[in-house]
Amino acid sequence: MTATPELKTRYDLAVIGAGPAGLAAATLAAELGVDTVLFDEQASPGGQIYRSVTETPLQARAVLGEDYWHGAALVDAFRASSAQYVPGATVWTVSRDGEIGVSIAGVATIVRAKRVIVATGALERPFPIAGWTLPGVMTVGAAQILLKSAGLVATGQTVLAGSGPLLWLLAAQYLRAGGSISAILDTTPRGNLLRALPGFPAFLSSSYFRRGRDLVREVTRQVKVIHSVIALAVAGGDRVSRVAYRQTSGIETTLRADTLLLHQGVVPNVNLAIAIGCRHDWNAAQLCFAPVLDAWGQSSVETVAIAGDGAGIAGALAAEQRGRLAVLDAARRLGRIEVAQRDRAAAPHRHALHEAERGRTFLDRLFRPAKQFRLARGRTLVCRCEEVTAREVIDAARGGCPGPNQMKAFLRCGMGPCQGRLCGLTVTELIAATRGVSPAEVGYYRLRPPIKPITVGELAGLPKSAADIAAVERS
Amino acid sequence: MTEQASERQEFDVAVIGGGLVGSAVGWGLARAKQQVVVLDEGDVAFRASRANFSLVWVQSKGLGMPEYAAWTKRSSDAWQNLADELKETTKIDVAFGRPGGFTLALSEAELAARAQMLSRLHNQPNMVRYPYEILDRNALLKMLPQVGPDVAGGSYCPLDGHCNALRLLRAFHKGMRELGVVYRPNHVVDAIDFRDSIFHIRSNNGVLAVGKIVLAAGIGNARLGPMVGLKAPVRPQRGHIVATERAAPFLPYPIVTVRQTDEGSVLMGDSAEEAGFDDGVGLGVASAIASRAIRMFPQISGLNVVRTWAGLRVMTQDGFPIYDESRSRPGAFIATCHSGVTLAANHAGNLAAMIAAGRLAPELEVFSARRFDVRTAA
Amino acid sequence: MFERLPEAGGGTITIAVDGIAVTARAGDTVAAALLAAGFLSSRTSPVSGAPRGPYCMMGVCFDCLATIDGIGSRQSCLVLVREGMRIETQRGGRVVAP
Repeated sequence: MTATPELKTRYDLAVIGAGPAGLAAATLAAELGVDTVLFDEQASPGGQIYRSVTETPLQARAVLGEDYWHGAALVDAFRASSAQYVPGATVWTVSRDGEIGVSIAGVATIVRAKRVIVATGALERPFPIAGWTLPGVMTVGAAQILLKSAGLVATGQTVLAGSGPLLWLLAAQYLRAGGSISAILDTTPRGNLLRALPGFPAFLSSSYFRRGRDLVREVTRQVKVIHSVIALAVAGGDRVSRVAYRQTSGIETTLRADTLLLHQGVVPNVNLAIAIGCRHDWNAAQLCFAPVLDAWGQSSVETVAIAGDGAGIAGALAAEQRGRLAVLDAARRLGRIEVAQRDRAAAPHRHALHEAERGRTFLDRLFRPAKQFRLARGRTLVCRCEEVTAREVIDAARGGCPGPNQMKAFLRCGMGPCQGRLCGLTVTELIAATRGVSPAEVGYYRLRPPIKPITVGELAGLPKSAADIAAVERS
Repeated sequence: MTEQASERQEFDVAVIGGGLVGSAVGWGLARAKQQVVVLDEGDVAFRASRANFSLVWVQSKGLGMPEYAAWTKRSSDAWQNLADELKETTKIDVAFGRPGGFTLALSEAELAARAQMLSRLHNQPNMVRYPYEILDRNALLKMLPQVGPDVAGGSYCPLDGHCNALRLLRAFHKGMRELGVVYRPNHVVDAIDFRDSIFHIRSNNGVLAVGKIVLAAGIGNARLGPMVGLKAPVRPQRGHIVATERAAPFLPYPIVTVRQTDEGSVLMGDSAEEAGFDDGVGLGVASAIASRAIRMFPQISGLNVVRTWAGLRVMTQDGFPIYDESRSRPGAFIATCHSGVTLAANHAGNLAAMIAAGRLAPELEVFSARRFDVRTAA
Repeated sequence: MFERLPEAGGGTITIAVDGIAVTARAGDTVAAALLAAGFLSSRTSPVSGAPRGPYCMMGVCFDCLATIDGIGSRQSCLVLVREGMRIETQRGGRVVAP
């Protein structure tokens, strides 16, 4: 890793995102002699799963667990490589021919790369319930970031609600760190376990089984877990104060809550890849849009590969291997290595990837989020930025609105700064359910740069051709 | 409200296209007691209506065709009425305002060229009369104290205004629904046959038989027109728009290239490129737009750009609309323009009334596509 | 409310939040520092005026926006605290200086 952050104008390879996929990719690329730059928005490497691994105050390894500390090895290998690391860099556009718009300390520049690997990972699935926009309601991931990066735990009545491995991991980490949790409201649908059984043998032989079982045991020993939660609503004035839930039995209960942490799985963070023009399809098993890729992560745009959870949710270890596979192919396409060498070098990574993916089918089915937590109703906000309710979306769909782009024009959902990251899936699924068609048919928001905001001044400072200026300065 | 499920077999008129032109005409026709069906494309389509700047604009229109200036002014004068009707019937406020508007010049040369052009416009024979002013910098500052040091002056017209065009589109659609118009998205028209005074419209979703048809399909009119013996020589012209986050109100007047919406976002625009059917965003053009906007209003440079997009204007060779009725297939009408917001009042009002009555008024003859034949013959 | 675990050590940086002096820890993001100091919300929505606070802490939700050192709409979960930093609640739409 170069010591000075002097940005060049051209590279062979640009990797976007310093999570496991990006770190592994950039490290290997540098080893193969590919001139590589790694851009990441955060101030330090690790992405989200290995957030703050180089500087967390929680140094006692048992608190965050060995899986987390594996990230330190990835970072060490990356730092020892010759790849250039540019933190605090927000990539806001990538063109089909490798022009990358990046904003660093409020200044936007364009950098060129022959090939790009998008490793921007995942984000949490939206969890649209009544009151979810109240201060004090956060994702489980947010709480984990506060824990890892700042050594902060919620005080008072802390309630976790939802479903999925991350929820149990955070609960365990909280308890180990000395935090307290007043209740876990488990929304995992009862029928899921039965539907997941065919995948159980593979799960049993995977590393997830033992780790998952141990985590759940550790947590359930110390925290009250309420199962079969089928409805949730948050109440409060200008912050959360209560969460109400209903179980399949019909019993309704209200808990005091000073902090409510929500989680129902993660989904690919597709905004950059979609804006580039990479084809995405609906993945019915994982209930999200994911890119269409070949076995090397090559997308439908020739210069772009996608690696990590952004390619499809498969976890941190899988992400790392996909990063390496993408780089091997990139190196081949750049003429650094031959096909045979690529395939030989890929073999151990493919094997490790296969191992890392084992058991995922079971997990996907077991933690498949319940319909009522994806399809919001009534006055629940679907679009947080523009405050568009579920009822408005459903009414418009009933009135013939065929898809999310027309919906955006009518209701402004998806027009805010988050660009659909927290409403896109909900809007697509609501339209699909209302019209009686599949989400695949409904499609997703059309996305364009900047995929994260830049200022008018930054935009104005970009290079312009004479034709560009002429297009604007006409009488 | 009529149930969407009940499918009537007999309509008086089919409107092809559910954008600002089609939905304005469709709503107007329904108010004229016609039974209307609107056929529209799917979710991802060119849809010029989603790209527009929401201006209801009079100044500078009609150089080369004074009738267009009159047609435009008429719509502008009727716009408040349209807004009121929509608010009353659909409860949607389309945020129409007519504070007057500006075109700003960033140099003395630009200002002079502007003054000259407006002078030529207003000196045309049969030109409708309305007020406008050329303001030098000092005069301009009295109305727009926030302009930047590069602004040399501008032209002001008290008839200019703006609205929320997305809400306008939504209001027309809601209004249509409430009046019993049947709206069919995902119906792309492949062919239109004419037999025994009936139009048979074939789409990917079946055949529809109807006695009257209005082609309001924007850029698609070029393909559809000849099917009913009409010409619609339109081409796409790409325009970009840059939108910022919501800001507290600071700009009460619309400028033709910069305006603040009723929600607070600042929109910047007005580029023109011949890019064929490519509606992708070119950052160089977006940058040029932002650059000029900052020179006009330096204080917006810190605002965050949250969206950019490009749309394809529906452009004729002279820039004026086409309104026509087919001679070979009576009952077929065509309406196309690139100012669907400004002309919405006319489209929903007089144009719809003409179509309901079965013929276009003589005043619209000047907008017929036959004018292009005359020119080539000359 | 959030409290600091002992292994995180004490705060050494002073920032101002709506004029009030607040202690923060080096390496905190502004969002984390605000939460640690008891501020659950750093903005009000420009649509409805409702208070909003951080939701995702990873830069995708845009609910943690605050005015930092005079610049509005900054994602406070992506900005590290600095000695003397001025943070202000952002009420409604971004104010454009005259």
